[in-house]
Amino acid sequence: MKIDGANMKHPRHARSATLCVLTLAAPAAWAQDLTFTSYGGTYQEAQREALLDPIEEEMGITIREDTLTGIAEVRAQVMSGAVSWDIVDLGLSDCALAEAEGLFEPLDYDMISTEGFEESAYSDGWIGIIYYSTALAYNTEYIDTYPASWADFWDVEAFPGARALQNVPMGNMEIALIADGVAMEEVYDTLSTPEGVDRAFAKLEEIRPDIDVWWSTGAQSAQLIADGEVDMTSIWNGRLDAVQEAGVPAELTFNEGLLSLDCLAIPRGAPNAELAMEVLARMVEPDLQANIPGLINYGPTTSLAFEEGKITEDETAISPSAPDNLAVQLPISGDFWAENRPAIQERWDAFITR
Amino acid sequence: MIAIDEAPSDGRRAATLSAETREQWSMFGLALPALLIVGFLVFLPVGWLFGLSLVADGQPSLVHYRRLLEPAYLSIFTQTFQISFQVTAMALLLGYPLAYLLSQIPRKVAGLLMICVMLPFWTSILVRTYAWMVLLQRRGIINGWLIDLGLIDRPLSLVNNYTGTVIGMLHVMLPFMILPLYSALVKVDTSLMRAASNLGATPMRAFFTVFLPLSMPGVIAGTLLVFVLCLGFYVTPALLGGGRVIMVSMKIQQNAAMYFDWGAASALGVVLLAATALLFWVISRVTRIERLFGGS
Repeated sequence: MKIDGANMKHPRHARSATLCVLTLAAPAAWAQDLTFTSYGGTYQEAQREALLDPIEEEMGITIREDTLTGIAEVRAQVMSGAVSWDIVDLGLSDCALAEAEGLFEPLDYDMISTEGFEESAYSDGWIGIIYYSTALAYNTEYIDTYPASWADFWDVEAFPGARALQNVPMGNMEIALIADGVAMEEVYDTLSTPEGVDRAFAKLEEIRPDIDVWWSTGAQSAQLIADGEVDMTSIWNGRLDAVQEAGVPAELTFNEGLLSLDCLAIPRGAPNAELAMEVLARMVEPDLQANIPGLINYGPTTSLAFEEGKITEDETAISPSAPDNLAVQLPISGDFWAENRPAIQERWDAFITR
Repeated sequence: MIAIDEAPSDGRRAATLSAETREQWSMFGLALPALLIVGFLVFLPVGWLFGLSLVADGQPSLVHYRRLLEPAYLSIFTQTFQISFQVTAMALLLGYPLAYLLSQIPRKVAGLLMICVMLPFWTSILVRTYAWMVLLQRRGIINGWLIDLGLIDRPLSLVNNYTGTVIGMLHVMLPFMILPLYSALVKVDTSLMRAASNLGATPMRAFFTVFLPLSMPGVIAGTLLVFVLCLGFYVTPALLGGGRVIMVSMKIQQNAAMYFDWGAASALGVVLLAATALLFWVISRVTRIERLFGGS
């Protein structure tokens, strides 16, 4: 009532009073907000619908969004002490590298449940949110015998056809060793020795003359297989889905595929770290993760998501982390690559340019 | 008429001089914004990059340059210069006859043909590169025709390799060769050719002893322009090289964007810049460079 009186007598004071109220109220409202940053595009749209929308409703908060392209931006924010992101989505090797560089807040595993997670799918500073596969795909139009393993891919006599692989060491070193007969569970033990790295490069040397294209972007690998420029290639499973939807007779086998993941993490010094921990814990729970495959074909990181009844049989069949598919694949070790990438990359560059 | 022949008095000479100085100053004033932009946007960043290339882990260091001597980097430099050289040579071989033709036919027809030369020049480099991909693919249009005509049994590897890169770059570079060539060739006085044949030279001889030497400024300008532009190519080799062709600019991008290694990227940039400057210097020793671009 007093304010009302003041209002009528001194309109100017009233305005500043309103301003005061606004300024006081604002931080309280913002404390219930946080910023989630991911790779944008259809991927982030799916994350919005599957994870963020339900959480906003449940918790009564607002989640703002931003996009990034990789570790460099997170590093820049943390180093400069001007962190504006609360939860970030990064690729596996970036997660492992960022953790090693101390860019993440430690996660509170009293709050975050890892039930149904592979042991390689979480760490002190990050936890996986989706799986994708780098698997062997082939176009059935021009070849009669279809490869079913990396050993077949290497066998150019029995499986003739043009071939492509990705132009990065990560994944290809593992593929080479598997093709050379190393059991999947022993791949990283082997790769951790200098002899193992030599062995992988020797095997790659063997197939090099028969690789027509070393692809560098996901779109390129899809174009290669769709146009019949190559008959078989390693490809990300989501890209092959798109190729198939376009009517191209292409197939993919998850057998000996490499599982990679995107992780969630909280940058060190995040403005709303406490709330971020709560939201992050909720994001990785099976009932929300189960929303993702219906929107975009990335696999949940907890196997419990497949028991929620939300993921259809068709979606399960092509999901990179459905239990049957998971069982025949090798999860890529982020730690191995965080530690060894620079050295192996140098050697890879020499291998490619020679 | 008489006044011009007369030596100007001292007073008039001074007046002319000060007018000249004033004009020079106003010219400088007009050029100042451009000079500032060049200064701030070219020299400062280049200087900064140079500084970055000499630092590793916060210490002054030559490690980024030492790394360039490793086989992987040496082969990237070799490949970059080899491709640039080949593309330049082929652009000259293809461009010279065309520029010669354009310089000899009536201006109106030449103008029309020139539009054909310029059309690709005005098209996005990305579009053209993808177009070549479609044309050159294993199951692309060119291989399709060759197989239909019975000329080959199995598709040729025309793209995703060295060949595809050279074809794509050549297409992009041709106008850069033809334009300076043409502007030099139209300036050659054709009566000199007639005089040569009048004196008994065969057309061949007249061309090689009279026309070709007179067209050299155009040849050098075009060659230099194309070669230098080739050295910095990125999009075409990245898309048509199939991962096997790695040019210096691609390595710079990889170092800067993928590994966040600005020191290594800067060292590469500095060496590429130095190589280009050296090239300019060598050519400026054999010819007067300002003449190549229309100066006298």
